[in-house]
Amino acid sequence: MTVVSLRRRPRLVVVGNGMAGMRTVEELLKFAPEHYDISVFGSEAHGNYNRILLSPVLAGDKQFADIMLHTREWYAANDITLHAGDPVVRIDRNRRVVVSQSGFQAPYDRLLLATGSKPFVIPVPGHKLPGVIAFRDIADVEAMLSASRSHKRAAVIGGGLLGLEAANGLMRQGMDVTVIHVMDSLMERQLDKPAASLLRSALEKRGLRFLLSAQTAEIIGTDRVTGIKFKDGSEIETDLVVMAVGIRPNFDLAKSAGLYCDRAIVVDDTLQTHTDPRIYAVGECVQHRGAVYGLVAPLWEQARVCAGHLAAVGYKRYPGSVTSTKLKVTGIDLYSAGDFIGGADTEDLVFRDPRRGVYKRLIIRKSDGGDRIIGAVLYGDVADGPWYFELMQKNADISALRNKLLFGRSFCEASGQAA
Amino acid sequence: MDESADIARAVVKTTCPYCGTGCGVDVTVDGDHAKVAGDKEHPTNYGRLCVKGTALGDTVVAQGRLLYPQIRDADGVMVRRSWDEALDHVAARLQGIVDEHGRDAIAWYVSGQLLTEDYYVANKLVKGFVGTANIDTNSRLCMSSAVAGHKRAFGEDIVPVSYDDLELADLIVLVGSNTAWCHPILFQRIVREKERRPEMKIVVIDPRRTATTEMADLHLPLRAGADVRLFNGLLTYLNQHGIVDTAFIERSTSGLKEALDAAEAGGADVRAVAEQCGLDAGQLAEFYRLFAVTERVVTCFSMGVNQSSAGTDKVNAIINCHLLSGRIGKPGAGPFSLTGQPNAMGGREVGGLSNMLAAHMDLESAADRDTVQTFWSSPAIADKPGLKAVDLFDAIDEGRIKAVWIMATNPVVSLPDADKVKRALARCELVIVSDVIEKTDTTAFAHVLLPAQGWGEKDGTVTNSERCISRQRAFVAPLGEARADWWMLAEVARRWGFAAQFAYQDASDIFDEHARLSAWRNDGSRYFDIGGLAGLGTAGYDALQPVRWPVTASVEAAALQAFADGRYYHTDGRARFIATPPRAPVNPVDDEYPLVLNTGRVRDHWHTMTRTGLSATLASHIAEPYVDLHAQDALLSGVSDGTLARVSTRWGSLVARVKISGEMPRGTLFVPIHWNAQYASDARVGGLVNPVVDPVSGEPEFKHTPAKVEAFTVAWHGFVLSRDALPMETHSWWTRVTGAQFNRYELAGRDTDADWPNLARAALGANSNADWLEYEDRSAGLYRAALLVDERIEACIFVSQRSDLPSRAWLSGLFAKDVLSEPDRIGLLVGEPLEAAEDQGPTVCSCWGVGRNRIIDGIRKHGLTTVAALGEKLQCGTNCGSCVPELKVLLAQSRVAA
Repeated sequence: MTVVSLRRRPRLVVVGNGMAGMRTVEELLKFAPEHYDISVFGSEAHGNYNRILLSPVLAGDKQFADIMLHTREWYAANDITLHAGDPVVRIDRNRRVVVSQSGFQAPYDRLLLATGSKPFVIPVPGHKLPGVIAFRDIADVEAMLSASRSHKRAAVIGGGLLGLEAANGLMRQGMDVTVIHVMDSLMERQLDKPAASLLRSALEKRGLRFLLSAQTAEIIGTDRVTGIKFKDGSEIETDLVVMAVGIRPNFDLAKSAGLYCDRAIVVDDTLQTHTDPRIYAVGECVQHRGAVYGLVAPLWEQARVCAGHLAAVGYKRYPGSVTSTKLKVTGIDLYSAGDFIGGADTEDLVFRDPRRGVYKRLIIRKSDGGDRIIGAVLYGDVADGPWYFELMQKNADISALRNKLLFGRSFCEASGQAA
Repeated sequence: MDESADIARAVVKTTCPYCGTGCGVDVTVDGDHAKVAGDKEHPTNYGRLCVKGTALGDTVVAQGRLLYPQIRDADGVMVRRSWDEALDHVAARLQGIVDEHGRDAIAWYVSGQLLTEDYYVANKLVKGFVGTANIDTNSRLCMSSAVAGHKRAFGEDIVPVSYDDLELADLIVLVGSNTAWCHPILFQRIVREKERRPEMKIVVIDPRRTATTEMADLHLPLRAGADVRLFNGLLTYLNQHGIVDTAFIERSTSGLKEALDAAEAGGADVRAVAEQCGLDAGQLAEFYRLFAVTERVVTCFSMGVNQSSAGTDKVNAIINCHLLSGRIGKPGAGPFSLTGQPNAMGGREVGGLSNMLAAHMDLESAADRDTVQTFWSSPAIADKPGLKAVDLFDAIDEGRIKAVWIMATNPVVSLPDADKVKRALARCELVIVSDVIEKTDTTAFAHVLLPAQGWGEKDGTVTNSERCISRQRAFVAPLGEARADWWMLAEVARRWGFAAQFAYQDASDIFDEHARLSAWRNDGSRYFDIGGLAGLGTAGYDALQPVRWPVTASVEAAALQAFADGRYYHTDGRARFIATPPRAPVNPVDDEYPLVLNTGRVRDHWHTMTRTGLSATLASHIAEPYVDLHAQDALLSGVSDGTLARVSTRWGSLVARVKISGEMPRGTLFVPIHWNAQYASDARVGGLVNPVVDPVSGEPEFKHTPAKVEAFTVAWHGFVLSRDALPMETHSWWTRVTGAQFNRYELAGRDTDADWPNLARAALGANSNADWLEYEDRSAGLYRAALLVDERIEACIFVSQRSDLPSRAWLSGLFAKDVLSEPDRIGLLVGEPLEAAEDQGPTVCSCWGVGRNRIIDGIRKHGLTTVAALGEKLQCGTNCGSCVPELKVLLAQSRVAA
């Protein structure tokens, strides 16, 4: 036992069986497959699935099996112990042990927190009524699908990406869907107003209804939701309310373990927690250099850096991510990146071709004697999104390309050769 | 009915209505379109046509035509009237003014584009029946100095050289002539001869480097206005070197001593002359030497000589050299006036200038007046010269002339100090304009508009630069109620009670009378005698083949070279040397106006663009009015290539695009004469030209006005291409260019905060549901938009703070497509296709539509080194050849670059 214990492999416990945690494990296995004894705790009773693809499942385009990333067989094959449906409820940092809901205790040498985020539910009266659901996991999707079979009317609160995808899915399931949004413009975190209004009219053509600048006061119903009342006194009837007003980083566990948290778990450039270097954290639950991310690309970057350090071959640092969003809302291509609103010191390049359903805008700032892209919004034709994103990340001076930039890389490069 | 059907199918032989070369044209009417080809049998062009001639079919269109007589009513509105009403009105009003103010209170201002028959009737009516000589013509602006020079030297206005002489000459001197652009077919004949006989020399004397100088063995870029000095120097040189035909001088001339004295006074030494002319002494000596050693010399001269306050002296200074050396009246030798207009010569034959009588007879001669009056059976005969063009409009301005009938010309554009012409017409009691085009800068001032027949409708004769009379034949029915100019005049004469003297059934009757008059009481006293063409009858007239005059009843005279017999037409039968003491241009440059403004034609336009402006082919060569100047002068004036500049003189100003072609010597500007209010906001160069005239000929000094150039600062540049004509006149600066299926507007404005998204939609007529693409870079002042209807481009607009707008060439091509492809649509607002090679750039060869980029590309890709190889590969330069000089430049430049 002693001999074994001297030679035993260090133990890595992963809290959170989601995309960020499992991506880190996957990267780790590439660097050092034999380095750790790994066990994974997750609150959902499944393997790891691609949460981004919940919308197609809701819309009926995909089955749950299609979106599985890691099945139980995969864990077994990689010698990873999976505790699915048994979330960790406590971390004992002194003993270096985590305790699960079922009371299982797992000691760790390294701990990886990947607790993700949880949907935000507006605490209006009636928010706990049956028929009020969030849109976060497969259980929510199943609840919506079941509601769509027995009910006709749905309301989605939240005109962001998630809300629109939920609304589209429900519409595809045959429901009459109204999207309720507190802002006057859809997807205001990804789109500027012109793009948002293009999106709105495109979605209206497909049958969605919108109530913008609508502040929900109360969800009405006695034993099940029957309607929504707004602060201006108006009401609508509905059989289902989907709350998709945003997510909040899930860091209660970390906080209770005494790790320093602000808006989320604070980590450094090696994804180690501020308080305890044995504990790493990745994904939507972390706050890095003040930023909290809700998109997938930063997770991949964090996972790679974190895995390197866990494997003890790490030298890379995670400097933070400039985010870009490439989205497909019901077949409409959208792309946004960086600061797509701009300000007094920025300049806009705008292209509109409404007949083709194309809108493009680049936000330029003059700095260091050059023109730099600081943001982009593309609607309808997103092919050049990654190129703009690359130019933006490189902080490239685009002044020589400026007149053709918005017309795409092929034009800029064709003229570059000609010159 | 059957007859008209026959006309429609047959090939009609006629004559080109543009320059004085006078090329024969074969026309086939095919449906709505007149197909035009060179007449292979015509002795002028043997089947060749220049770009303008080739595009004649584009101008036989209803667009813009004046179709009905109109009279301005009391409210100032032009109202359609019947011919009878209009002619009654004209006859009565003119009669009323004569009754009240005398016969000199009315005037005619006619044109070298009238046919000889129209010209003849106008001249007869005015000089014999109104009894005034107040009839002048735009030929005054063109070759009146040549006429005056001829008359002073020869005693009669005789051009002693033919085109064939150009092919016999061993030295061709081109003075003040961009022959390559202004007389392209003639130039091609010279170039072909030069290719056949490379030892033949071509010397070009012109301040500018032009397409013509490209082909020259020697280019003398003399100082503007120094021609007399140069030819006085030549006269002195020839005399010093014994190039003197003493026997000829003894027998056939007088005045040599005075001429030599005057010439020598200006400087007997080549170096001194070179300095006065701003020339390299070696080059000048080389020219003098060439002239001295070459027997067969033809000196061609054109507007650079004529349009000068010393124009007549320049002509005589040239003629003096030919007289001294005896190089006149012989094959391949003589002075040769290249006329600008198709029928300037015909006008001179009938006496259509205010100081002529008729049939080369003199107004001042009582005997000649009696001859003409008797022949015409006219109640009166003008007995003193009338007012020459510039004076005539001054008299209108001063109210001495109360009525003017303007025929087939556009003096508000073409006269010097043209703003004064505007003012004069605005004051004039009665302005009658007969024209083919309804809206010109001049018709705007008309009280009566009379629709004239255009080319292809009218029927008659013209005479070209080499005295060759050709028929201009009708091949389409007149549009609307258009009538022949002679008919209008005869109808007025009839209303005045002269029906018997104007009882013409058709043009052949008039030609017959003209021919008879030329022979009447002639007996060899006048060289102009076409008595042999009298009595042709209608059929004979219709069948008339091109023929050079004289055509006397005895045939031998026609075969004789003019002056071959040493006989001249002063009363003593001798030619005169004319003393030509050099004079500087009247208005010298000064500190305020330090540059010399020169004006002239461009290759593909004609006069005031009323016809060439209709052709997309012709508009593609040079689309916009421009001012060409030396790079250093541009720098000093604060302007740069491609920007807009205001060109001002003491008489007026215009705004044009700056072009630094490298062709201009320091201190000079060139602005084309063509653009006017119909095509541009502010480009009428006539308004800038000093109203200074030659004291003998009365021809204005178009080639020398002190001027200055300043930046015309604008906040934005732009252009619009649109299938429909759009109102663009509100912008600070605009030019309209005819495109193949669209109008192109070049624009510039001074408003700094234009709301382009809204302005553009409104201007291009795009409603909120329109298929409307737009691109905006507001901080850079960039805006672009396009309107599509059913996937076809309808209009587009490009605006920028800078003048670096995309090429119009590729965008223009999109208008030929019924449906825009996806790549076209994507490239639309870039203004260029993804495959950059597709953009041809500005057209160089208009005949085959070959653009600059394609030519340069061809040269580089295929390593082409000759014009012939280019032609083989790309066709450019293989039709009319007008672009060959430009091709040579491109070949040379590409070699340098390689």
